[in-house]
Amino acid sequence: MDKREKVVVVRNLYKSFGDLDVLKGVDMDLHREENLVVLGRSGTGKSVLIKIMVGLLRQDSGSIEVFGQEVSTLSLKDLNKLRLKIGFSFQNSALYDSMTVRENMEFPLVRNIKNLSKKEISMRIEELLEAVGLPHTINQMPSELSGGQKKRIGVARTLVLNPEIMLYDEPTAGLDPITCVDINNLIQEVRERYKTTSIVITHDLACAKQTGDRMAVLLDGQFRAFGTFEEVFPHAEDQRIKSFYDYNFIYS
Amino acid sequence: MAEQASTRKNVFSKKIDKFFTGLADAWNFVKRFFQEVFLPPYEFKEVIQQCYRIGVESLPLISLTGFIVGVVFTNQSRPSLSEFGATSWLPALISIAVVRAMGPLVTALIAAGKVGSGIGAEIGSMKVTEQIDAMEVSATNPFKFLVVTRVLATTFMIPVLVMYTDFVALMGAFVNVNTNELVSISTFFVQVFDAITFLDIFSSILKSLLFGFTIGIVGCYKGYNSSKGTEGVGRAANASVVIAMFLIFIEELLVLQIVTAIRSM
Repeated sequence: MDKREKVVVVRNLYKSFGDLDVLKGVDMDLHREENLVVLGRSGTGKSVLIKIMVGLLRQDSGSIEVFGQEVSTLSLKDLNKLRLKIGFSFQNSALYDSMTVRENMEFPLVRNIKNLSKKEISMRIEELLEAVGLPHTINQMPSELSGGQKKRIGVARTLVLNPEIMLYDEPTAGLDPITCVDINNLIQEVRERYKTTSIVITHDLACAKQTGDRMAVLLDGQFRAFGTFEEVFPHAEDQRIKSFYDYNFIYS
Repeated sequence: MAEQASTRKNVFSKKIDKFFTGLADAWNFVKRFFQEVFLPPYEFKEVIQQCYRIGVESLPLISLTGFIVGVVFTNQSRPSLSEFGATSWLPALISIAVVRAMGPLVTALIAAGKVGSGIGAEIGSMKVTEQIDAMEVSATNPFKFLVVTRVLATTFMIPVLVMYTDFVALMGAFVNVNTNELVSISTFFVQVFDAITFLDIFSSILKSLLFGFTIGIVGCYKGYNSSKGTEGVGRAANASVVIAMFLIFIEELLVLQIVTAIRSM
């Protein structure tokens, strides 16, 4: 597979909510098997960007192509086909709280992959729970899990459909530092084991440094800096990026 | 002064806008239900689970309420009938009252409180915790899984619960009548069934179907469109009950008019 192949191409993307302009001409490329970290302060539209990518929101103007398909023009059937190639890990895990861990993972599987035997479904679920280090939680309810465990199960649930792209929305938000490192390791493991391309949305620089090949800093509705962690942060010329780095450094 | 009047006018027109936008949204929601209910894939397992949940969870409350309604209504009616020496008409009077009006109405109001608020809160919390989005991004239609199944379940289960309430209320009435008038169970039920017609049962089932649909669709609509975090979930649950009850009374009135018209033909 060509690692320079562009799997996501965003051009001149605009999105506003009422009078609030969130994205103001965003341009971005994502290459196969790359881990791109999108950084920015709260409310800068990081999550909005990936929600547009999976068709949960629609842009006001501009284009967003995933695997060469313009997301906003797809029919629901084609959009759903595309969604099967994209795994979305939500900020609050979004586990179905009326279902056990097994049922949570079965849910997308039985609805999207037909002709799977019960044994095959069980094997797939057990394999993924093993991969995220939580095989013992299979019959537990989400309410019985810790924040870190929920995140892991959320990731395992998205992996059940073998996605090619993983979108992580604030994967370390609300977690203690040690669990944050575990989650960062998991993101790395997922990438290596399942050869996924990823976008990690975060404002946690430790997470960014550990998981990202490339950083993209979203400021005032546009990407202001692209590059490796070292290229973007320690010697940033833009005062806002510099202060973002300094505050994170002091805080950590 | 003029500025104040203009602001007031603006607020008023925004409220009118909001009202009509809300109506249009609700209409589109109902339309979407009818579009999706006949299209595959069918979530039979979830419909059955919801039917079970709605039926079983409501059973204790409905049993108790139905029984008390039967006993109390019999007790309250007795003095009036005894003035005319017509206490023997009690089974007939009660059967007409229960089957035509009280059974469906009492059941629907209890279900609106218990089931409707539950649906509104459940779907509302799924909405604010992004569980509905999670379904959508995993290429599953959340409307079909959450809304269609619950509305079908309430539409099917409320008539069943109404029949059960009718039975329990009549049993309550029988206990009262048997204690006071020493009427046997067979005599009681012969009088009960003599008094009601096919039209009574038909209108009762028709009303129950309507009530069930209303409880389900209102709960789902309010939950599906909830926002503003946990506060929004509370509001969705509350609005599900209030709006469903309001609509149930209007439907009761409409069906009554139609049945009265048919009866007088």
